[in-house]
Amino acid sequence: MSERFHEVAVTVNGEDVRERVDARKTLVDFLREELALTGSHVGCEQGVCGACSVRVDGVVVRGCLMLAVQCDGARVDTIEGVADSGEIADLQQAFIARNALQCGYCTPGMLLTAQELLARGGVPSRKQIRAHLSGNYCRCTGYQAIVDAVEAVAKTRAEAKR
Amino acid sequence: MRITDDSPPIVSALDRPNSYIGRSVPRPNLARLTQGRAQFVSDLTLPRMAHVAFVRSPHAHARIVAIATAAAAKAPGVVAVVTGAKLAKVITPWVGVLTHLKGIKSAPQYAIAIERACWQGEAVCAVVARSRAEAEDACELVEVSYEALPAVADPETALESGTPVIHPELGDNLTFERVHVGGDPDKGFRDADAVIETTFHFGRHTGVTNEPRAILADWNEGEGRLTVYQGTQAPHMMQNLFAKHLALEEHQVRVLTKDVGGSFGIKVHTYADEMATVALSKLLKRPIKFVADRIESFVTDIHARDHRVKAKIGVKNDGTITAWEIDDLTGIGPYSVYPRTSGIEANQIVNLTGGPYTCPNYRARARVVFQNKNVMCQYRAVGHPIATAVTEGLVELAAAKIGMDPLEMRRRNLIPDDAYPSSGPSGIKFEALSHHESLAHLDAMMDYAGLRAEQKRLRAQGIYRGIGFASFIEVTNPSAAFYGIGGAKISAQDGVTMRLDAQGALICHTGVTEQGQGAEAVIAQVAASSFGVPIERVRVITGDTDSTPYGGGTWASRAAGIGGEAAWQAGKALRANVLACAASILQAKPEHLDIRDGAVVDRDGGNERLPLHELARIAYFRPDTLPPGFQAELVATRHYVPRAWPFAFTNGVQASYVEVDRDSGFVKLLRHWCVEDCGTVINPQLVDEQIRGGVVQGIGAALFEHCIYDARGQLLNGNMADYLVPMAAEMPDIEVGHVVTPTADSELGAKGAGEAGTAGAPGAVMNAINDALRPLGAKPLTAMPFTPGRILQALGRISESTPT
Amino acid sequence: MKPAPFAYAKARSVAAAIELLASNDARLLAGGQSLIATLNMRLSQPALLVDINGIAGLDRIALTNAHIEIGTLVRYAQAERSPEIARAAPLIALALPHIGHTAIRNRGTLGGSLAFADPAAELPACMIALGAEIEIVGPQGQRAVKADEFFKDLFETALTARDVLTAIRVPVASGATRVGFAEFARRHGDYAMVGLAACAQADGTRLNDLRLAYFGVGATPVRARKAEAALAEGDVEAGVSALAGDLDPPDDVQASGAVKTHLAGVLLRRVARQLGRAAS
Repeated sequence: MSERFHEVAVTVNGEDVRERVDARKTLVDFLREELALTGSHVGCEQGVCGACSVRVDGVVVRGCLMLAVQCDGARVDTIEGVADSGEIADLQQAFIARNALQCGYCTPGMLLTAQELLARGGVPSRKQIRAHLSGNYCRCTGYQAIVDAVEAVAKTRAEAKR
Repeated sequence: MRITDDSPPIVSALDRPNSYIGRSVPRPNLARLTQGRAQFVSDLTLPRMAHVAFVRSPHAHARIVAIATAAAAKAPGVVAVVTGAKLAKVITPWVGVLTHLKGIKSAPQYAIAIERACWQGEAVCAVVARSRAEAEDACELVEVSYEALPAVADPETALESGTPVIHPELGDNLTFERVHVGGDPDKGFRDADAVIETTFHFGRHTGVTNEPRAILADWNEGEGRLTVYQGTQAPHMMQNLFAKHLALEEHQVRVLTKDVGGSFGIKVHTYADEMATVALSKLLKRPIKFVADRIESFVTDIHARDHRVKAKIGVKNDGTITAWEIDDLTGIGPYSVYPRTSGIEANQIVNLTGGPYTCPNYRARARVVFQNKNVMCQYRAVGHPIATAVTEGLVELAAAKIGMDPLEMRRRNLIPDDAYPSSGPSGIKFEALSHHESLAHLDAMMDYAGLRAEQKRLRAQGIYRGIGFASFIEVTNPSAAFYGIGGAKISAQDGVTMRLDAQGALICHTGVTEQGQGAEAVIAQVAASSFGVPIERVRVITGDTDSTPYGGGTWASRAAGIGGEAAWQAGKALRANVLACAASILQAKPEHLDIRDGAVVDRDGGNERLPLHELARIAYFRPDTLPPGFQAELVATRHYVPRAWPFAFTNGVQASYVEVDRDSGFVKLLRHWCVEDCGTVINPQLVDEQIRGGVVQGIGAALFEHCIYDARGQLLNGNMADYLVPMAAEMPDIEVGHVVTPTADSELGAKGAGEAGTAGAPGAVMNAINDALRPLGAKPLTAMPFTPGRILQALGRISESTPT
Repeated sequence: MKPAPFAYAKARSVAAAIELLASNDARLLAGGQSLIATLNMRLSQPALLVDINGIAGLDRIALTNAHIEIGTLVRYAQAERSPEIARAAPLIALALPHIGHTAIRNRGTLGGSLAFADPAAELPACMIALGAEIEIVGPQGQRAVKADEFFKDLFETALTARDVLTAIRVPVASGATRVGFAEFARRHGDYAMVGLAACAQADGTRLNDLRLAYFGVGATPVRARKAEAALAEGDVEAGVSALAGDLDPPDDVQASGAVKTHLAGVLLRRVARQLGRAAS
């Protein structure tokens, strides 16, 4: 099986996908180019900027630091999936209300990363929010609006749980 | 949702019934951006599309001896391998000069280098293939033989006789020089009780837009038309340039710009690789896509801010500033960038230095030189961060020298708020600014006295905190004085076409563009307010040279002030048209009617007379029922360009509060404040977020960002791991305040706000660091970025002769 | 940039991985958080990637009386959540939050970090400070290499092209164990400009078996043996002075050698304070 092209079966946003992929294709390029899921973005291709963040088997990873061929049998969620399912509707609304995005290029990765923090429950401090988002580059906002939006959602979700 | 609104409405005289002006209305284009439904150029594909990758020079300066392309041409997936000579048959070179920058010179630049590569990263050959990966595979098979030439790296020696001249036909390496003398600087320095002299260094840095530059060019041979999807700030400017250099008429070129992943001035220039992509589409008669990867972005996206400024200030013991002097030197790479030139940044530094203050005695020289590094050109807040840091650095050094509080020093020297119209030491004209009111607002907002007390208390515990300020002025709403008069086809005017659709909604086409600043929201707010419909009934269309009025796009903070005014006027014009129609239907006088909330109403009393959808139905489908001879005109276009003033200057002041670890030299940003006066505030939230984002870009300059080149002209840290952009964890919360001094040049009164944050932050942070370290006897820090090494050196913790 | 072409094989066992590594120019793929970045930049162009992520059992954390054994595929995030690591290897627990960002820690593996051997990485230095042993399986069978002997040169380790790093074995911390960790990075999650991992056994005011392992100061993690001697006697300032003899860091784009040496001293004072405190 030491070959360049491999058949992979991946569940992407709940849909079963079977594709023959070049081993060198990163997960984010696979999603964008083969599946036309262009919501995940390419920013640096070295794992620094976070624009390509997607969820693989429930955890957020860099889409540029994983190969599509490694995702055989995996469950992949992208911004398109979590947007359609309503999972992050409150977070999206908070980003819009707080203008926590300008050009929007970092936003899908930022939302998925923030959602991972929020899913832990509780209300993280602003410092914790900043630390958690510190691997996601945003050139436009200066980050404060993003921190505000995430903090607001954490508080709302915590209150709703009570 | 509990989101504290720190941007309360700023209501003005423009507050018509149902006005959206001065309110934080959410941007209409955000929802799709949060859902992964954006359409960035990098997302697009077209039938028959191929990808281009470029072979780039590893040398800073080299003669191209030979290019062997045979192996690459045979590689899997390859469509074509194209050298500069071959491409020059379809695209002409360009020269980045403007006539109003007297004496500026540059050499012809080709889409792909032909004889010489003049910087590390310049493209020397293009490979077109079915996929980007295959194009890159084949790039590795292109064999280029180079003859390395001596590289000019250091601007300090670029003009010396022993230094090679990069373009021998130009005679020397001097791109542009400007000398200015205002008032009597010699007398000013003679009158001073103290003269402080120092040298400031600003690190070369770059924009690092999150989406790299991206372009998809589609030459349709059958139509004789070129369609270009491009992440650009200025679609009409690019239309002109593509047409000009491909020998087409402008109407044969359509530039489309939907979502753009950040711009900041990076995406308003002519890039050789983008010109090559367009030319390749023409040559190969099929769509060609180029998306810069991050590595090539670092060596091709314009750089900026690489300046050395020797500076001097004279001051009397009572705090009066008596004279300024600067000598600026900057290296801008091997070509002046087309079409805006690379002389503007230095020119702005001469224009803006000393600008907030009354002292008129000013001597300035700026020299711009060629070198073998990536090109430099206009990036967010062009020249402002440098002029502001130099001015404000001098002001605080002078205050420290005479033992005066830095705010008091400013109070004694800033141009009084009632002294306008006025001018700066360089002769720049100010319509109306509010330095003193802004300062007073900042003083209160930050509790200056309280912070000073805290600082003193903590110093006793060995904790060194500093407070630094930067008053600034900001160039916005440029008239034709910026580029047009110099011969560039860069539109200073902008237009809005407004149309009532058949259901009574408002469709607005505008020449300004959106890259995240919120131009769409602002145009929608102004249009809704001016015309009289709920904002949900407004659709804004931008970024299409086929369908939007001719305009300059979005740069130099012009979208709100210029595009907004055009929308305001178009709204009024369309309202008049619609009311004429309504009057004819209702047998009323138009002056007795108004449009509010999507309906024609009685001007007095506001009784609804006719919903707009009904008016539209009659006008479009039953015009036979209108009075004979009456023709409804449900479209109106208006343009606007500032005429009374070359620029709408804004002003403001920032403060930074930092803690410096004297052991490690690390700086912790505690808080940051900015008071900005951008005239009429259309959307407070968007203004605040422009300020915050801008401040963080300025902080990047002060502490982190630096394109580090070695003496051979090689970029050493051209990747995102080694070039340090500001990330969330280190950034402070930023408090924003407003003073409102509208410009009388437009009815709307809005000026720009996009440069302010970036303009002031580096100077404020510098002053805060120096304020923190002053009691430790540290040498003032004047070389950005302020790395731990440089701070340790200033503290004498490591020797000055060692590198940092 | 996109990676150059390569073949890919998923190994189902360590033996299978070793077999696959026999082919020319093969590279082992674990978490991939460093390797795939170098592939994307075409800095590395292997002919074959051997993916060991599917091998069962390599992600276990096992505690015995004397040692804690951490499987090579244990990911940083998993290690951060592990009560066993927090208790038995508190130095690793201290270091983990400094490594990259959450998405990197979700995927990156402890074994991968050691095998990649970035000189500015946290874990290699921790292993030296802890006196860990690296479990390796190769064509000739299994062997253990002491961390002190594992890191050979820049990105070079005791692993041969056909070896698989299978586990890390760390002595369990006792009541007397003292650990310290600190680093200077310009931004949260960046590779450190300079960092220090330390471990000792407290005996009254003395520190026995003190190991100070610096990272970001050379081609490999560096033991500061002269500083260890001074600090063991309780003389922090003598330790700081001794660093000039222990370290000779080269300049890099973030800091010069002189700055790094100075910062190493600042770290030593901070870590000495940590070592002076009782292990919790």
